[in-house]
Amino acid sequence: MRTVLTIVRYELRNVARNRWVLSYALFFLVATELMLRLGGSGPRALLSLLNVVVLLIPLVTIVFGTIYWHGAREFTELLLAQPVQRSSLFHGLFAGLVLPLSAAYLVGVMVPLLLHRAIGAESVDLLLMMLVAGVALTAVFGALAVLIASRVDDRLRALGIALGTWALMTLAWDGLVLWVTVAFAAYPLERPLLAMMFANPVDLARVLLVLRLDVSALMGYTGAVFNQFLGGVTGTVAAVGGLALWALVPGLFALRTFNRRDF
Amino acid sequence: MISARGVRKRFGRLPVLTGVDLDVAAGSVTAIVGPNASGKTTFNRIILGLVRPDAGEIVFDGARLNGDARYRERIGYMPQIARYPENLTGRDIMAMVREVRRAGTARDEELIESLTLGPVLDTPLRVLSGGTRQRINAALAFLFRADLLILDEPTAGLDPISAGTLKDKIRRERDAGRALIVTSHVLSELDEIADRIAFLLDGMIRYHGTRDELLGATGQPTLERAIAQLMRDGTSPGVDRPGAPGRDADSRRTADGVDTDRGGTP
Repeated sequence: MRTVLTIVRYELRNVARNRWVLSYALFFLVATELMLRLGGSGPRALLSLLNVVVLLIPLVTIVFGTIYWHGAREFTELLLAQPVQRSSLFHGLFAGLVLPLSAAYLVGVMVPLLLHRAIGAESVDLLLMMLVAGVALTAVFGALAVLIASRVDDRLRALGIALGTWALMTLAWDGLVLWVTVAFAAYPLERPLLAMMFANPVDLARVLLVLRLDVSALMGYTGAVFNQFLGGVTGTVAAVGGLALWALVPGLFALRTFNRRDF
Repeated sequence: MISARGVRKRFGRLPVLTGVDLDVAAGSVTAIVGPNASGKTTFNRIILGLVRPDAGEIVFDGARLNGDARYRERIGYMPQIARYPENLTGRDIMAMVREVRRAGTARDEELIESLTLGPVLDTPLRVLSGGTRQRINAALAFLFRADLLILDEPTAGLDPISAGTLKDKIRRERDAGRALIVTSHVLSELDEIADRIAFLLDGMIRYHGTRDELLGATGQPTLERAIAQLMRDGTSPGVDRPGAPGRDADSRRTADGVDTDRGGTP
């Protein structure tokens, strides 16, 4: 554990000075600020931010994560030549990826909101969910990035797979869902659609937010179905649990690869 | 200090090591030489636990390596390529590795001084030249007074002054009773520092003996020519094609040399 903390501490020091991470924080800062100025009240600004969150966080995390993991390859080897267990190093490097990105997001969103005193009692709930969903997406796509990078040694190919994964989950998925609903309109589709939602972490994060907004119809077909089926606490717990699984399972597969592979 | 027996490794369908036996004793510098892709680095990595062998065993100071990481407290490693987190400084890296190793205060900072690293230790590593990073790499390997030092192409990319400083250091550490494994393509440099030569070809140690024994066995005046002679013997037509006639005769000839010279190997 002490080894993990040591590695995390130095990786944080390294990644926190990375200009991509700094730009990422700055982006959220500017985006939130703009939405507050243009959109007005807290909840509406948050609603506008929602789409940024579910599209941009996965993209930046999976691309940055893949590059980070490959870039750390030689240093990983040097550290593995020290008396360090592989799993300790893995956890340290993974935390060194997910923590700075999460922090960049949290700081970027929170600073303007606090400055404008934009969070009323009615939007605390929503804000909290948005922060949770953003951090969960960072963990999920960080784990996917690490899984891709540790299984695919070729940098370009790994980056291509990472981008493909992102495009599938954010862009293509809703199209697929729509196609299924149209093609099988004659059948009862609730259960299949629910299954499809759990098959996509971006949809899960979206549902988490949509469930507090009562605008589910605007947020894609799956959101509407989910609200109708589960609504309220059960739905929230199920979605958070699904997201946790989406971070854990790829993460554990990546750890297994990391423990067994040759460097 | 290190004793390897029957170490085999293949990457996919490519056999890299096909049964390596090698002993490395304390107080000596063992140079592993061989053509490109002969498995020198892979062998080093197997000792370090970075690569898992398919078969065979490595015994480190009496204990068989079994996946426990603690034996590496006693190993210092200088990899061929030094790439570090770019926003950290040399001082950060050294502090980090020190904490990870939980090393005490007994540190050897001699190379930091003699390689004149003082002025660059607080500069972010991304702005340092390759040679400077390689010097930091060298200082880091020697920093913890490890009993076994594994140096992969240590002088590659170093200027002549730094290379000389490093070679002096290697000799001093050997005299202090440490074991060193050095790989290098620059054989004239190994001439200065190597006590024992292990010649790796086609995944096997084809020759292992002291430098003088090698010169005597091949009848050549310098290490470079002696190794060239070994390579010519080993890579004559037929050897690159497994199973081709001539390969067996060739390896037997080399193996005979090994057997006679092994007599004096502890």
